[in-house]
Amino acid sequence: MSETTAPAGEIAQDSVTLAAATPDKAQPFAELGMQQDEYARVREILGRRPTDAELAMYSVMWSEHCSYKSSKVHLAYFGETTTEAMRAKMLAGIGENAGVVEVGDGWAATFKIESHNHPSYVEPHQGAATGVGGIVRDILAMGARPVAVTDQLRFGPIDAPDTGRVLPGVVSGISSYGNSLGLANIGGETYFDASYAGNPLVNAGCIGVLRADDMHTAHASGVGNKVILYGSRTGLDGIGGASVLASATFADDAGGTGKARRKLPSVQVGDPFAEKVLIECTLEVFGKGLVAGISDLGAAGLACATSELAAAGDGGMDVDLDSVPLRAENMSAAEILMSESQERMCAVVTPDKVDAFLEVCAKWEVPAVVLGTVTDTGRLVITHHGEVVADVPPRTVAHDGPVYHRPIERPASQDALIADGTSRLPRPANDEIAALILRLAASENLCHKGYVTDQYDRYVRGNTVLAQPSDSGMIRVDDSSPRGLAMASDCNAYYAALDPYRGAKHALAEAYRNVATSGARPVAVTNCLNFGSPEDPAVMWQFREAVHGLADGCAELGIPVTGGNVSFYNQTAAVAILPTPVVGVLGVIDDVSTRIGPTFGKGPMPEMLFLLGETRDEFDGSEWARVVHGHLGGTPPVVDLAAEQRLAGLMAAAAASGAVTAAHDLSQGGLAQALVEMCVLSGCGAAVTPPPPDAFTALFSESTARILVAVPIPRLAEFAALADQHGVPSSGLGTVTPQRDRLEISGVADLALDEMRAAWTGTLPRYFD
Amino acid sequence: MTAKIGVITFPGTLDDVDALRAARVAGAEPVSLWHADADLHGVDAVVVPGGFSYGDYLRAGAIAAIAPVMRSVIDAARGGMPVLGICNGFQVLCEAGLLPGALIRNAGLKFHCTDQRLTVERTDTVWTSEYDATPTILIPLKHAEGRYVADEATLDELEAERRVLFRYAGGNPNGSLRDIAGVCSADGRIAGLMPHPEHAIDALTGPGTDGLGMFTSLMNSLLGAAA
Repeated sequence: MSETTAPAGEIAQDSVTLAAATPDKAQPFAELGMQQDEYARVREILGRRPTDAELAMYSVMWSEHCSYKSSKVHLAYFGETTTEAMRAKMLAGIGENAGVVEVGDGWAATFKIESHNHPSYVEPHQGAATGVGGIVRDILAMGARPVAVTDQLRFGPIDAPDTGRVLPGVVSGISSYGNSLGLANIGGETYFDASYAGNPLVNAGCIGVLRADDMHTAHASGVGNKVILYGSRTGLDGIGGASVLASATFADDAGGTGKARRKLPSVQVGDPFAEKVLIECTLEVFGKGLVAGISDLGAAGLACATSELAAAGDGGMDVDLDSVPLRAENMSAAEILMSESQERMCAVVTPDKVDAFLEVCAKWEVPAVVLGTVTDTGRLVITHHGEVVADVPPRTVAHDGPVYHRPIERPASQDALIADGTSRLPRPANDEIAALILRLAASENLCHKGYVTDQYDRYVRGNTVLAQPSDSGMIRVDDSSPRGLAMASDCNAYYAALDPYRGAKHALAEAYRNVATSGARPVAVTNCLNFGSPEDPAVMWQFREAVHGLADGCAELGIPVTGGNVSFYNQTAAVAILPTPVVGVLGVIDDVSTRIGPTFGKGPMPEMLFLLGETRDEFDGSEWARVVHGHLGGTPPVVDLAAEQRLAGLMAAAAASGAVTAAHDLSQGGLAQALVEMCVLSGCGAAVTPPPPDAFTALFSESTARILVAVPIPRLAEFAALADQHGVPSSGLGTVTPQRDRLEISGVADLALDEMRAAWTGTLPRYFD
Repeated sequence: MTAKIGVITFPGTLDDVDALRAARVAGAEPVSLWHADADLHGVDAVVVPGGFSYGDYLRAGAIAAIAPVMRSVIDAARGGMPVLGICNGFQVLCEAGLLPGALIRNAGLKFHCTDQRLTVERTDTVWTSEYDATPTILIPLKHAEGRYVADEATLDELEAERRVLFRYAGGNPNGSLRDIAGVCSADGRIAGLMPHPEHAIDALTGPGTDGLGMFTSLMNSLLGAAA
């Protein structure tokens, strides 16, 4: 067959007809990240070779990022461990854009955390910015108004030159994009570890609020309904960005020829203004009842949105790519389908409402076009320049991707790691403890993260009740309601490295406890599972263990996992990140005015401090071991979820009754760190006596299920009765001393407030300002 | 009877809901004004709220300053209607020529969100009369481009005409010249400031209630004038 010459200004187009006529044409499936057997399967499904456009669609949709092909078999465990009782309040779960739970009075909440790790290493500012944009559209696509965001960040060593590039870029990206959307930033995490050098973790969380009746999902049903593409124009940016970038390990880039360099242009560029008007426009079309189905355009762009919408609806869709507003000239069908240009959505609209829908878009000056029509043919048929360029069963693209049973092997080194506990490490004498408290407070993982969070708007829209550095963020659902949502996310990756099963439970326990500390009832769980290469059996072992730990923990607590995200290939050459299963917990509080914050000394009543929970000699994986001895080994602290539940019950009751005026959870750095933080945040002193067995254990052990609380003296009897009733052990520590600007720990330390503030808040500005 | 306070929404405006809420809490009837609609719908005063109008493209506030609604606001302001610009709204009023000076990138070059103490420099205006006994107030500040600048002659003139309305106290967060946080017209009816009084009307969601005074001052003035 003779080669066709394309007319000037156009590129030769591969079509279904041409594909049938040229079955043996060599195709670049490997460059698109597709395996030989996966390519063979596409040929088998289609009964011919795929067209360029089809190959693009299958390659992005079957990538690790979009298809979860390595994790699917393990994630099924979440479903197996979720009981009917746990599902009772769940309106949407795993598989939807984001999970939705009922929170009372007809309100519902949706929340999710997603990774944007790989783009954020390549281009920190845009990578992080578009990470925020993506998660916000996921929340929006459920029919909710996005109301708050959180960010879980992990970087390489604090003093590494590259961290000086990545951290400020990531934070400015989140700041400039998130702040422009009018979403309060209410929390997150910032950690540093050598394993994240070259593989920073940028996870972005979002919470949305909706009336339970107003939920929307991604499905295209109703033959004859119109598919509308609205939002920004489609360009060449981000082609294969998330989907291909996030599915391959960064090659060692020393020579500058590795993937990190080659794929530089594939990071998307965000336009927060376009996202803001897209949000308002979308909420208006929801409010006017103009939407039958909706999907955001994220990773894999139109390929993903059209195939998922069609697969979830009546099974077919006709799409005309000539209608897509473009940013670049001569874009091929494959490029249009793969483009990950930001700030776009796809809605399914009944024909009688199309005009009204387009009118709302015009009001907000959002470009909108009718892209296609829902059919019952069971085929997704895509035309471009008058030719059929794709004709596929949409399910095969969206859901029938490959499923891998990757080899799993517990690494031999794990035994030696566990055997190397902290019992042999020398412990400080009592006269060394004051200096140790300051040293730990200033250490990179315990220090105040205000350098980061003060670059975010926590006030916008006036519903923020708690924000960083509170244990959890809290937001009122609406002006008209006293009801509130709390969210916390956590992961101690050191614990996860020592024991990924227990480490995931730890992350769950801590996020659960952080929500409970504010007085809210934990109701649902999401996750963002960040791991190394799934092709490494040791990484897959970590992953499986973490999934099981988290799922078993949720079953024990009786709260469901409503969604999640997996990020693999966080690895440079042979070095994988610490396993980092970030867990987010959502809580509900009936009346936000009863919430418990971290500051004492504010009221008229004198207050006493109590430590809730039991302290054991637990230092393996602790910040003390890491900071002072550079040591990581042994067995992480015991996780006691029943104790966490009792503690949460007590805190909810104490919030409702007002018997507790301030609370702070104990985690990394133990009691000493909690005392420092509460004193500095309160601008108020305290005088305490460390409980037995010894000051070091009392102050620095990282035993879980513990909270430090302040109780007004007139409420002591009431508080003691509540603690007793909930079966929570409580030990008196001392008193709040508003008249003295010192933290006095009898026998071991007498620290001035200014001294603690300087230590705790000085670290990040010293490195990054 | 009550007074109507209009709050403008441009594409990209964020703190309009907060300004509407503050107006309501102060006892006013809040009225939403749309950027493309030149009709002010009978309001007695206008708040130009914070956000990133038109994405702050070109320059912060530059495009909003020529929106249809702003033409009406400029006319009304020149006729004596009280107008308050908060944050991006302050930038809009400067771009529209209603207030002198300009707001440029913070000296620290970063977006900065904090609870900021301000000195109220004048309490004889429609926006600040309630602060008579309050030498300083604490309200949130959140911006990346809030560094107030003007040439020396303009600054001297502002001082001479008592047109500096608020100054930063306890540290200058953004490098503003002469610690200026807000300025006003000579008669005090047109005012602009970078910090956010509308985010300090309820101790539950803000650092306190110090911001509400700007809205109650206005109400006292509007209702007093009508009585």
